Amino acid sequence: MRPLKILLIKEFKQIFRDKTLLPLIFALPLIQLLIIPLAADYEVKNINISIVDNDQSSYSEELTSKVLATGYFKLAGYSHSYKESFKQIETDKADLILEIPQNFEQNLSRNGFEKLFIAVNAINGTKAGLGGSYLSSIIADFNHKINTEIVSTNINSEFKSIEVTSLNWFNPYMNYKIFMVPGILVILVTMVGAYMCGLNIVKEKEIGTIEQINVSPIKKHHYILGKLIPFWIIGIVVFSIGFFIIGWLVYGIIPVGSLLLLYSYLALFLIAILGFGLLVSTYSETQQQAMSVSFFFVMMFILMSGLFTSIDAMPNWAQKIAYANPVTYFIEVMRMVVLKGSGLAHISKHIFIMIGFALLFNTWAIINYRKTS
Amino acid sequence: MKQLIVFIKKEFKHVFRDNKTLLMLFGLPIAQIVLFGFALTNEIKNSKIIICDYAQDVSSLQITERISKSKNFEIKKTIIDKGQIEESFKEGDVKLVVVFPVNFHNDLYHKNKAQVQVIADASDPNTASTLTAYINFIVGSYQQEINNGTDGAIKIIPEIRMLYNPELKGATNFVPGVMALVLLLVCVLMTSVSIVKEKEKGTMEVLLVSPMNPFTVIIAKAIPYFFLSLINLTVILLMSIYLLDMPMNGSLILLYFVSSILILCALSLGLLISNVTETQQAAMLISLMAMLLPTVMLSGFMFPLENMPLPLQVVSNILPSKWYYIIVKSIMIKGLGLMSIWKETLILTFMTIGLLFISFRKFNIRLQ
Repeated sequence: MRPLKILLIKEFKQIFRDKTLLPLIFALPLIQLLIIPLAADYEVKNINISIVDNDQSSYSEELTSKVLATGYFKLAGYSHSYKESFKQIETDKADLILEIPQNFEQNLSRNGFEKLFIAVNAINGTKAGLGGSYLSSIIADFNHKINTEIVSTNINSEFKSIEVTSLNWFNPYMNYKIFMVPGILVILVTMVGAYMCGLNIVKEKEIGTIEQINVSPIKKHHYILGKLIPFWIIGIVVFSIGFFIIGWLVYGIIPVGSLLLLYSYLALFLIAILGFGLLVSTYSETQQQAMSVSFFFVMMFILMSGLFTSIDAMPNWAQKIAYANPVTYFIEVMRMVVLKGSGLAHISKHIFIMIGFALLFNTWAIINYRKTS
Repeated sequence: MKQLIVFIKKEFKHVFRDNKTLLMLFGLPIAQIVLFGFALTNEIKNSKIIICDYAQDVSSLQITERISKSKNFEIKKTIIDKGQIEESFKEGDVKLVVVFPVNFHNDLYHKNKAQVQVIADASDPNTASTLTAYINFIVGSYQQEINNGTDGAIKIIPEIRMLYNPELKGATNFVPGVMALVLLLVCVLMTSVSIVKEKEKGTMEVLLVSPMNPFTVIIAKAIPYFFLSLINLTVILLMSIYLLDMPMNGSLILLYFVSSILILCALSLGLLISNVTETQQAAMLISLMAMLLPTVMLSGFMFPLENMPLPLQVVSNILPSKWYYIIVKSIMIKGLGLMSIWKETLILTFMTIGLLFISFRKFNIRLQ
């Protein structure tokens, strides 16, 4: 036990004496946590609409005022021709063009039908799809309204209506930040865990001090534990600061589920992800290598974790990758426990899988770590 | 001049002999294009839902069938007990429950009025509201159908045209972002780390006391990454055009020209970071956390800029990637020329000149 204690003292001294690294380890993740949730907002609002009203009739005016009254659309301007509106799309001032053809009202009442032209900037597919369908449903409403006005009598009594009422559980105010903060916290802990520990070992390789340890009677597992434990503690501290100071105080996220459960899972996750960093370090000779390899994998972990995009929507092969990713499980557990109050029974599957990851990474790393070079 | 060439050769060898670093240099862009092209989408589909059907009559079954046909939903099971809902949400994978009350069909046909209740797991508010909207749409079209014939004589036909991206692919939005990300990543991270590495190992000392001009050292460090980035850019472009069917509507030369400006900008940033840090770890942390995440978050390709609070929108203006992203979209997808993007290009150029100036000023030829 004594060699381990001495190694730990050494590691902590090294970490705390590094005056550039220490503030970075703590400050950067927290600043990120403060800012990213503000930026991470997918919700489609403020669709800028450019209107070309070639008809200028009472119908066309009623329709445009109806469109603008819904709150989904923001008027980018009226213009006299499609070409003029298209310029606004090119310069990103408008996302959508609604063109009302000449004699719109006249043709409607004479022929019984008339077309409306909608052009959407579809570079951002999601926004385009939603904008298009919002506009179509407004037009359908408008259509229904003028029909009932014309044929006013006795239709309404026959009309069968199905009302859809909706309830939003767990997050009735639909606050997107509550959803993002726990996930981003996971990413930050992952970054601290995957990079810092592995790099630390490779640094000793690169500057040669590892040789001195290799020729000493220090045991392999003592050395590795000596590297793991400090970063395990740092990971927990970073998480706690992020969770209580930023999450609780700034964003007002009070966990519904058990804190003990959350922290146990965090401890387990950190072992797994530190093991991953360790594994990378055993394969790398220089810090640049270790960094490149961990970065590659962490990037994949983040993208495939379901943090920003839904895993259900992925094709099958990608879902398999997503579920071979430890970060996916921690993000799910965070969201389940913090937001929905899931208990031990609900996340037992996640726990077993994470134990598997922890064992896999660490055993592999220890087998691959050699005291001889 | 000869010195410089020798040095550039040295740096190239450094890069190419380290196959693990190459994994990041070339593997990452390729992997990102594949993931963004085929795996990641903002769309919400195949969401697992539960039908809680107390009615079990013609109408409720008809609506259920329509829901099951939609690609957005996957019905996990049908239950007749509301008590199980909370438990299902807590287990995680169910996103929404549709509840049909007793006598649904009767109410609909005799009282002309019936109710469907939707309970969403709003811990993910985005998914919840989108799925609710989809259900609304399905129920709405069902309603229209059963009312068919009673719904008036006049018909407005909206004709929707999706400009630039008729299939609504996510890649169109992501690829320009990935380009900005990869170029910045390679240049900022790699240059800063490789310069600081020489500091850390002490070889910088040797170079600085040699008769060589210290700026030659720096330029020799930067040039390989400049070329590697151009290769990366080419790989990304080829993959996105031939694999993801992205359009290339504008001038290729213009795109390379603007990309070169961005690469220079990133290289000077890397140089600046290497000047203010002493260890590789610090250089890496700063490049990653202070450069990379803001690029992902604030340049507009992951999250719409107009949704962000004003201070962040202001901050986003100092990110080179934001301007580059706008330029790439304009050139590649909209097919615009220099006339339409001169403003953004000018901003990028000024940023580059400014950064170069600062980093050369801060470059110390004496180590403490």
